[in-house]
Amino acid sequence: MSTLQVSIYRYNPETDSAPYMQEFQVDTQGRDIMVLDVLHLMKEQDNGLAFRRSCREGVCGSDGMNMNGKNGLACITPLSDVVKNGKLVLRPLPGLPVIRDLVVDMGLFYKQYERIQPYLQNDTPAPAIERLQSPEDRDKLDGLYECILCACCSTSCPSFWWNPEKFVGPAGLLQSYRFLADSRDTATDERLAELEDPFSVFRCRGIMNCVAVCPKGLNPTRAIGKIREMLLANAT
Amino acid sequence: MVTNITNFGRSGLSDWLIQRFSAVVLALYTLFIVAYLLFNPGLDYATWSGLFAQTWMRIFSLLAFVSLAAHAWVGLWTVTTDYLKPTGIRIGVQTVIILAIFVFLVWGIQILWGA
Repeated sequence: MSTLQVSIYRYNPETDSAPYMQEFQVDTQGRDIMVLDVLHLMKEQDNGLAFRRSCREGVCGSDGMNMNGKNGLACITPLSDVVKNGKLVLRPLPGLPVIRDLVVDMGLFYKQYERIQPYLQNDTPAPAIERLQSPEDRDKLDGLYECILCACCSTSCPSFWWNPEKFVGPAGLLQSYRFLADSRDTATDERLAELEDPFSVFRCRGIMNCVAVCPKGLNPTRAIGKIREMLLANAT
Repeated sequence: MVTNITNFGRSGLSDWLIQRFSAVVLALYTLFIVAYLLFNPGLDYATWSGLFAQTWMRIFSLLAFVSLAAHAWVGLWTVTTDYLKPTGIRIGVQTVIILAIFVFLVWGIQILWGA
């Protein structure tokens, strides 16, 4: 019998006047299970515990949360990766309004995603077949399109914490560059014009928290650097 | 569209470029001053005054002062927009910062070209 001590953020706005941390003892039977499995074991103890989950294999991006101080997906994070001294502290993603327990309001995150117009724009007549792309041009989208919008990166970014209405955030900027880099997209100038102000892109200070937490191993800081290069090339 | 009127360039790109250019100037100026002090251990007033009497040194110093003013403004403007959320306090602090920068810049020019 091996017991894991879990401290978890609880808040139900209908009954609680303030958030608090609740302690759980979870029997993991000595196995190196995922944090999401621990949450399910805790839910057996307290049915009122609220958290999001869906695919449980790191594809849907629902269960982003803060585990022992670092954002990540609970479903693909084994206890051996996060537990220190037999303790696990679980909190909601930082910086977003809490709806209940680990469930946060992702509205601001999606609003910034919507702002960068995350769809292909092409003003030339549509060909009879698909718009073709060379293998080299297709390669430019690798490391960009794989984002699952779990919000682990943007909610670990202090620039996004302080200015979530103005700074697009790493997730949105990675997707912005995904369309800027796409050879089939013709709205490059319009996209760049929307990003040139002091907040949208330039509030990034390059501290690379986003790179450190991305569960898909993507690099938003590099994409932001590429956007800066495009802006600079366009304006000088 | 994100708007702003209190940063001078009205553009994140120009702020970013100013910040990098002024950082290079300040690094060069710092290296020069430190090296000069190291190579002149028994520095007296006449030598120090003689250095700043030369036109190239005055131009280099003025470039460094202007760079410092621009660098400080871009940096501190960013800090105020990050941490000072009430508009009145933010504009008040920005006013104090820009006034101080202006005073220091004029004072610096006066020292460089003064008697």
